[in-house]
Amino acid sequence: MNFGFNEEQELLRSTARKFFDNECASVTVRKLMDGPEGMTPDLWKKIAEQGWTGLIFADEHGGMGLGFVDLVVLMEEMGRAVVPGPFFSTVLLGGLAVREAGTDAQKKAWLPKITSGEARATLAWMEPSADLGARGITLQATAKGAGFTLNGTKLFVHDAHTADVIVVAARTSSGQNPPAGGQNPEDGVSLFLVPKGTPGLSVTLLPTMDQTRKLCEVGLKDVALGAEALMGQAGSGWAPLARVIDRATVALCAEMCGGAQKVLEMTVEYAKIRQAFGRPIGSYQGVKHKAADMLVDVENSKSITYYAAWAMDEGVPEGQLAVSMAKAYVSDAYRRVSGLGIQLHGGIGFTWEHDLHLYFKRAKGSEFTFGDATWHRERVAQLVNL
Amino acid sequence: MDFALTPEQTSFREEVRSWLAKNLPKDWSDRMRVGSDVPRPEVYDFLRTWQRKMYEAGFMGLTWPKDYGGRGLTFMEEMILQEQIALAKAPPVLNILAIGMAGPTIMAYGTEEQKRRYPAKMLSCEEIWCQGYSEPNSGSDLASLQTRAEKVGDHYVVNGQKVWTSIAHQADWMMLLARTDGKAEKHKGITYFLLDMHSPGVTVKPLKQLTGDDEFNEVYFDNVKVPEANILGGLNNGWAVGMTTLMYERLALGFGLQVRLRIALDGLVDLAKRTKKNGAPATQDPNVRQKLAQMWIDTEVFKYTGARAITKLLKGELPGPEASAGKMMWVEGHQRLQELAMEIQGPYSQLGRGSRWAVDGGVWQYSFLRSRANSIEGGTTEIQKNIIGERVLGLPKG
Repeated sequence: MNFGFNEEQELLRSTARKFFDNECASVTVRKLMDGPEGMTPDLWKKIAEQGWTGLIFADEHGGMGLGFVDLVVLMEEMGRAVVPGPFFSTVLLGGLAVREAGTDAQKKAWLPKITSGEARATLAWMEPSADLGARGITLQATAKGAGFTLNGTKLFVHDAHTADVIVVAARTSSGQNPPAGGQNPEDGVSLFLVPKGTPGLSVTLLPTMDQTRKLCEVGLKDVALGAEALMGQAGSGWAPLARVIDRATVALCAEMCGGAQKVLEMTVEYAKIRQAFGRPIGSYQGVKHKAADMLVDVENSKSITYYAAWAMDEGVPEGQLAVSMAKAYVSDAYRRVSGLGIQLHGGIGFTWEHDLHLYFKRAKGSEFTFGDATWHRERVAQLVNL
Repeated sequence: MDFALTPEQTSFREEVRSWLAKNLPKDWSDRMRVGSDVPRPEVYDFLRTWQRKMYEAGFMGLTWPKDYGGRGLTFMEEMILQEQIALAKAPPVLNILAIGMAGPTIMAYGTEEQKRRYPAKMLSCEEIWCQGYSEPNSGSDLASLQTRAEKVGDHYVVNGQKVWTSIAHQADWMMLLARTDGKAEKHKGITYFLLDMHSPGVTVKPLKQLTGDDEFNEVYFDNVKVPEANILGGLNNGWAVGMTTLMYERLALGFGLQVRLRIALDGLVDLAKRTKKNGAPATQDPNVRQKLAQMWIDTEVFKYTGARAITKLLKGELPGPEASAGKMMWVEGHQRLQELAMEIQGPYSQLGRGSRWAVDGGVWQYSFLRSRANSIEGGTTEIQKNIIGERVLGLPKG
């Protein structure tokens, strides 16, 4: 057993930290979040040049062929810097979906462009029902000739407004193989590649609480697609989609860990220098004990996230359980840590100028991305046969 | 990052598993369905025999050097052993203060003679140890202790009192902190002694706890003679030695605590499945399900945080912040678990031993009450948080 990072991973960490310190300091983050794009072409190019957009993809598609444990290191650093922009949507959502569900031709067409940073991608799966299960996918894909016509609305789609291609989850049939008492909603889900500019596709940017994360509404009105847009076999898209969401969830947890770590550090530094009643506030037990609670939350978040990442790489049978344990724990922990960060900073922590609110809002947004703690606890309960 | 075992470790795991399957007393899990967090007085004799058996099979002191009665293996084997103990719901180790604290401290600070004399007998449970730290007016503020040891010839003569001394009434030896220089600064005048509990002048008076058990004691010293050779780690160096002991306690017991939490959780899930709430098993109640799932997650999280600390140890690094958090996590988790056990029983949680209506013979009531001590013994939660705040996060002292 070796539950730690190796030298290459430590090197990746220090490289990434230096990179984001230089290229994506708070002043840059604030500029990026104010603009609609959430990213400049220049910074995106630099990120791609590091090889990070291809980190988890195979050599044959221009990637580095590394695993989720390596990715966790990078995501922690991105969370630490609250990096805005389409890395998450391109790599963990659109890119992974192509890898998990795409045909060889689709992979060849899109993955090299994604790994090189030339193309941005995303995944549109959730609908206004906000249902996280297969049942939630109701957007209709009607067979027409060799192709399909798509109609419906997707919500909470990461960076769809800047994506070159959107993977859309749709229903090609209402579900077969009925288990006792009804149809199985996991049957009949299909994934489609919808390139930017396809007639009938509309994208609207949604005003979000976390401005560093751009979310969109995606409308599909009589969007006509050829047979080549279908990813894999019709009706069998749920399994790869669920794999993508699980993996993206682990990456999100890592990002949350990095953010929580940064909030803890900011808070401890402040508690050392800020004086009240003639001594540093960090010398008061009321403050010290809360900082200790934050540390426990942060360390535990890392432990369970690293385990989940390892489980993804190894494909262990309890992989889903690991994902849900991580998301449940980290969702609550990052919320507590970022909330305490504001509290211990006092009034300054509530100002727009201070960076804390960036983390606080990221924590809240992340909490409700891919299922909150309550949802994942229920999944844990099911998986361990409670 | 790798959780896989080597072929040697896999075969060690099989060895432990089959030994436990063969040797575990059949009625143990029925008698102690719940993993109550400390052995109860009524089973001390049984536990002594059990530890002896474990020792003879080679399953005690895995990480201790061979010269001192151990097996010279790594923390990895210890972790495998602990995991199997949890899965088999095997009895806890009785001589835990010796194994977790006294032994490692003697091996770190002792003379060669001391190292050959004491540790092996701890493993075999031939000599039981207790810890003489706390006093009536110095609990968390340990350095304010008043028990004194004065040099007379080649002996030290000890006078004073200790309190909250667990299993002192069973113990053969005590890790004793006593003041040897009343004029020095309070941290600097303390010495660590290995004290024979059978010495003339030692009086042990049991204290009844709120559980109704006599688990811990007051210990009085009236001109107790301790040979100079029983000083551990040098005169007036007791504070450093004592702190090492506490570090070992938090570290070595850290993984054991996770195992105990796992055993208790399995008991809790079993209880919830057997208990009806609104006509269905309590596990079907959404609130109970949420709380049980959170317990499950926290127990696993505890395990992986422990694994990170052990990885650092295996690499020869000092344990980092992960280890400091262990005690607090155990306490918080275990108390919440016991509260949940009460909630699941509802009105029945009021009934204890002696009632035919009591759930599982009232064992849950005992472990619920006992769990209140967890946040006090071995350093209060408040002290643990101060340690994390000051030593890990570097915040200034108050």
